[in-house]
Amino acid sequence: MNGVHDLGGMDGHGPIAYEVDEPVFHAEWERRVFAMTIAMGFYGAWNIDSSRHARERTPAAEYLSSSYYEIWLGGLERLLDESGLLPRAETEARIAALRAQAG
Amino acid sequence: MSKHRHTEPPSELVLRVKALESLLVEKGLVDPAALDVLIDTYENKVGPRNGARVVARAWTDPAYKARLLSDASDAIAEFGFTGRQGEDMVVLENTAKVHNLTVCTLCSCYPWPVLGLPPVWYKSAPYRSRAVRDPRAVLREFGLELPEDVEIRVWDSTAELRYLVLPERPAGTEQLGEEALAALVTRDAMIGVAKVAGPA
Repeated sequence: MNGVHDLGGMDGHGPIAYEVDEPVFHAEWERRVFAMTIAMGFYGAWNIDSSRHARERTPAAEYLSSSYYEIWLGGLERLLDESGLLPRAETEARIAALRAQAG
Repeated sequence: MSKHRHTEPPSELVLRVKALESLLVEKGLVDPAALDVLIDTYENKVGPRNGARVVARAWTDPAYKARLLSDASDAIAEFGFTGRQGEDMVVLENTAKVHNLTVCTLCSCYPWPVLGLPPVWYKSAPYRSRAVRDPRAVLREFGLELPEDVEIRVWDSTAELRYLVLPERPAGTEQLGEEALAALVTRDAMIGVAKVAGPA
């Protein structure tokens, strides 16, 4: 399947942004998304090809404007929903509850 | 006021991640302690120092270098550097006439056991799009100007096959031992966007 992720040779993405002494993670939520994704990979309900495919199905405009771990998060939510392990409605309800708590 | 808000409310992204983790834990799908171990492993234990040791050994031990170039996965496993995202490895040797550059145009494939997790620029659209099309200009952007007669070979990684560049050993390091050599080797040199500089 071709798609926006197939970036080889594409023009117009501008200069490379290099960060000196870059940390492995830039925020706590990135650590959690990374670890949940790897842990759910071990769980075995899908394989690496399915998880890549889940990320590659991110809508094109969203893909290009999202950070790496945002794309991972979207992919994980998609896989959990499609596998039935965690329906999206349940996640949405929990987000709403947490938002209400945070006031 | 019933609520004292001393900080900004958490962003939508932070809420989404918290919601997801709390549900996965409740359903018994992930163990929070196991998540912490994974994070500690890739944040503090696995990283480019591993790859640097492999490179330094290859520079000082011709028999090891031969093994590394003929079966990289096995030679790297001699250090105990194995596991995810490094199951099938190929090592690419830089010479005075050939410079190797690695990329993953489709996403972020990278040899985790020897380099850890990739930097943001490696996963970004500008690097992925241009490394395969105009590598000389990309290298110039990293401050590496290669003579025109040096051939640049670009290797596009896949989920199945990942690369490690064996940089050239810098001049003036004849007296250095393996450990001192390893200290000179950088992540960028093992991706192929830099050379290893000699001792300062």
